[in-house]
Amino acid sequence: MTQQDKLQAGPVIKGLSSHPVAMTVKDLDLYYGETRALQKINLTIPEKQVTAFIGPSGCGKSTLLRCFNRLNDLIDVCRIDGEILLNGRDIYAANVNVPELRREVGIVFQKPNPFPKSIYENVAYGLRIQGMNKRRQLDETVEWALKGAALWDEVKDRLSDSAFGLSGGQQQRLVIARAIAVQPKCILLDEPCSALDPISTLKVEELIAELKSQYTIIMVTHNMQQAARVSDYTAFMYMGELIEFGATDQIFTKPRLKKTEDYITGRYG
Amino acid sequence: MSNLHLGQHISRRFNEELEDVRSKVLHMGGIVETQLANALKVLVDGDTALAKAVIKSDSIVNSLEVEIDEECTRIVALRQPAATDLRLVMAVIKTISDLERMGDEAKRIAIMSRKEMDGALEDDVRADLEFMGELVRGMLRQVLDAFARTDVDTAVTVVKADKKVDKKYKKIVKQLIQRMAEDPQAIPAVMNVIWAVRSLERLADRCQNIAEHVIYMVLGTDVRHIRLDDVLAEIEAQIED
Repeated sequence: MTQQDKLQAGPVIKGLSSHPVAMTVKDLDLYYGETRALQKINLTIPEKQVTAFIGPSGCGKSTLLRCFNRLNDLIDVCRIDGEILLNGRDIYAANVNVPELRREVGIVFQKPNPFPKSIYENVAYGLRIQGMNKRRQLDETVEWALKGAALWDEVKDRLSDSAFGLSGGQQQRLVIARAIAVQPKCILLDEPCSALDPISTLKVEELIAELKSQYTIIMVTHNMQQAARVSDYTAFMYMGELIEFGATDQIFTKPRLKKTEDYITGRYG
Repeated sequence: MSNLHLGQHISRRFNEELEDVRSKVLHMGGIVETQLANALKVLVDGDTALAKAVIKSDSIVNSLEVEIDEECTRIVALRQPAATDLRLVMAVIKTISDLERMGDEAKRIAIMSRKEMDGALEDDVRADLEFMGELVRGMLRQVLDAFARTDVDTAVTVVKADKKVDKKYKKIVKQLIQRMAEDPQAIPAVMNVIWAVRSLERLADRCQNIAEHVIYMVLGTDVRHIRLDDVLAEIEAQIED
């Protein structure tokens, strides 16, 4: 391989090739009206790993995250060029069933947003929409999802209480339980801990580490230490561009590019 | 420290903390340099009056190690450094540990050299010792320079120089063993010299360690416990990359 070939092939990312691919982003551009918010993004998201997006406010990381389950469709002026492949098929193809896509790729936001219903109904809601009506099956799945979100022991005796009675950290784990109840392939987390106290944050981080054995997790975080603690791969974005993508330990100990280095070490570049 | 851009953090206090740690390491290194120079004068020239100064300054080196170590712990806890900052802090923690042990070795040379050595050192051995001492002093000076200027080339020179010291060490020990075989009466005095020379050889090893920490700090490549040729190949690959 010549030097030129090497440059074109990009850096070899430690361990990345050993994981199956969950999603592939190809030449993705995103426009809000005339403004190009994402520029030529090319990225491979490994399956059943945690991938974190970091970067300054407005760099496009949340915008990119929302492309993965077509939430940007809800913004009229938003236009997308390029492809995102989920298990090999383009999620922006004309024949894609968007609600089904959003079941496969769930999302959890910065602020916990439980429905104004009971704890049980919050988790059962998506299941009922899917057509699950048998009480016993619903009970089992709700219990399984709450256990999966490490919340079961804290709520098992008050499942019929309002979800609003839970603490912020518990509400966030309830929302995660709601997301995993419908058995997605991938979970998107958009700054999932920024509204939580440090202990609740640690519980959610612990949960993320457990969830990755079953789901592909993509998260956006402003907390770089959180990205370092939780993720396997980290992507650094700046002004709508993907600057550097690599194994998290490499990005945080030996980034390849000065822009990345300046950002993660708190320097003005 | 131009390569590390220490003055460019958004937090000026963080800039100051890293700069402070860095300059304290160089200060500590300077004291060890003086200790070594004085210990060699005791060993080669028999200037026993200097031994006291070497022994005395060891406690300063020890307390500097503790002080810098605490500062590094505080930086790790409060600043959670990453990338070059993290590598700098890790390299400092390891470097001060080596410098502290170098202070101990210099002290040992001074103590051994102060003891009875009459007749143990013949002129040719003394000349070899002086030469070896200069080599080690040169290594220490260079490695501190490499640390100060984050200079990988100079660090590599230090790694290479250790081989020369090892060669000289073997030669001197051979001569001293021969001396003991020829004159058993001289054994206690020669043993004192052997202990001192051994400490000198260890000082060179510590310089090599620090040179490896400098390479890690600048390039992020760990070159410990690998052959010199492989070290050079690793650095080459890293720089090309």
